[in-house]
Amino acid sequence: MPLEIRPQTIDLKTSDLYLGYGPSPVIDGLNFVVPAGKMTAVIGANGSGKSTLLRGLSRVLKPTSGSVLLNGRNIHEQSTKAVARQVGLLPQGPTAPSGLTVMDLVRRGRYPHQRMFEQWSSEDEMAVQKALALTKLSDSADDLVDHLSGGQRQRAWIAMALSQDAHLMLLDEPTTYLDIAHQVEILELLKKLNIEEARTVVMVLHDINQGSRYADHVVAMLNGAVAVQGAPQEVLTASMIERVFGLKAVVIADPVTGTPLCVPDAPENA
Amino acid sequence: MAAPSPVTLAVLIVSIVAVAVLISFTAVLKPSPRSLRKKRLSMLVDLRILRLCGGASVLLVLLTLLGLETGEYPIPRFQAISTAFWDRAGEYSFVVNSLRFPRVVTALLAGFCLASSGALFQTLLNNPLVSPDVIGINTGAALCAVFVLAIGADVGLLPWAAFAGAVVTAGTIYLLAWKKGITGNRLVLVGIGINALLASGITYLMVKFPIEQVLAAARWQAGSLFGASWSDARTLIIAIACLTPPAWILVRRLRLIQLGDEMASSLGLRVERERTAIILVASGYAAVAVAVIGPLGFVALLVPHIVRLVAGPLTGGTLVLTGAVGALFLLACDLIAQQLFAPTTLPVGVITAALGGPYFLFILVRYNRAP
Repeated sequence: MPLEIRPQTIDLKTSDLYLGYGPSPVIDGLNFVVPAGKMTAVIGANGSGKSTLLRGLSRVLKPTSGSVLLNGRNIHEQSTKAVARQVGLLPQGPTAPSGLTVMDLVRRGRYPHQRMFEQWSSEDEMAVQKALALTKLSDSADDLVDHLSGGQRQRAWIAMALSQDAHLMLLDEPTTYLDIAHQVEILELLKKLNIEEARTVVMVLHDINQGSRYADHVVAMLNGAVAVQGAPQEVLTASMIERVFGLKAVVIADPVTGTPLCVPDAPENA
Repeated sequence: MAAPSPVTLAVLIVSIVAVAVLISFTAVLKPSPRSLRKKRLSMLVDLRILRLCGGASVLLVLLTLLGLETGEYPIPRFQAISTAFWDRAGEYSFVVNSLRFPRVVTALLAGFCLASSGALFQTLLNNPLVSPDVIGINTGAALCAVFVLAIGADVGLLPWAAFAGAVVTAGTIYLLAWKKGITGNRLVLVGIGINALLASGITYLMVKFPIEQVLAAARWQAGSLFGASWSDARTLIIAIACLTPPAWILVRRLRLIQLGDEMASSLGLRVERERTAIILVASGYAAVAVAVIGPLGFVALLVPHIVRLVAGPLTGGTLVLTGAVGALFLLACDLIAQQLFAPTTLPVGVITAALGGPYFLFILVRYNRAP
């Protein structure tokens, strides 16, 4: 067995991608390149196709036409495990079966690295320990996932995605349903993974300001297409927010970081 | 000969107490995983599950011996055991080797099949109230078998008819529940509907055909081990040998499907294909058990649930443990069925239903109260 050389970067793009569940496409002829090594926030109104895009990028949803190319080859024509070793997805609001421990959950992320008779290598063990340490869950490894707080539970799922050891992590609304302290905690964790672990992160966020603050790259989606993308300072403008969300807003500098901060305008001024 | 001998009763009670102690003892233990590695081969073994399996095996042996000693025909104490294992041409050879031994082995194997089937279905659909008897797989098998019995066809056709019925039912449920993929809840609801439909079909057959032909069907339908033979045991062994290796491979994938379809897919699984395979294997287990002993209820529901409470989520190890506990449970129920109103013996299905019904309600109440 030749040792697999795992690429330390990601080459994932879409080519005239159409995705959908019914007759009308949700993603409409999209050409998009995942910014390698960066932390990207995907924003947009409900139904603009953010989650659908992540599902398409992670091989979960098969395109109705067009393709998603990983290292230049269609992901649906590659080994599913080989794709899973490079691209991981954390869906929105995942649920764990009852009675599952954190350790058991995180271990399951190693599946794409295992074979029928090679089910638990020392590499698997190390990846799990590292994922638990990075998410500060080493002491809670034997706790039941049902008994964790919301923030801890989300960290447990992120730990599972980490143990998968994919260079690209796609996260669908990782901060939804969490209080603001836990939201910040998750975003700081993702930032750390991006910088220290050199992971490429693409996350769907509802909160534009979180995207502005934590992402290197913002992708604003509108009706299944990318309306605009670029660095937060370039992209997050009042006119973009009006176009994408249909909301009049004022954009000021964040008093802490200086990044754009979007404040909705009062309705009577609109 | 009428009442159970004191030794029989004592051993039975000791076994049951031992099970209770074993369960309460291990429930407080934490999982203790050990990795086994040899060159490129590696696996993770939970010592706790291993110990539980060991305990279950000891009980299996004890209960098997007890099963050989138990029956209407009076045989001097321990003579039955020697007749079964080394003195096979002994005085009681017919009673022990043609009646009791095959019945005990059939009970063990059928219990293993039913519990394995239930464990796979419950985990796949993430629902503790699901089992092949609830979603109509058993009833489908029963409908075909009753038809064979009612028209007075060769009894040898019975296993095949039941198997065909189970697989066709599973396929029908799957197709009706299919809507760009399968969700657990829809499959359960469709299954419950199909179950009702098939049950009415059985009633129709029972009314339509002459009573003397239907009587055999009625008895078979209650689930009985009466008259179990070595050929029944052989059918079950072949089925277990064919179904268990794929079940073992599929369990690791099933554990990912448990985390949700999107998660499983992004971990590198072709979800629909694996799900179809799991349904086939789980239906196969149920079908073969039903074919041999009738549509026995509740074993597939109750045993996996209890084992999950004690041993945690499904793994390859807990699947074996579930099968072993299923075997124990069915044999114990059969011994109770034989002894409770001796010399009258009840069909074992009466006992599993009497124990399983209240437990089903217990799970239902718990499940509804869960947050």
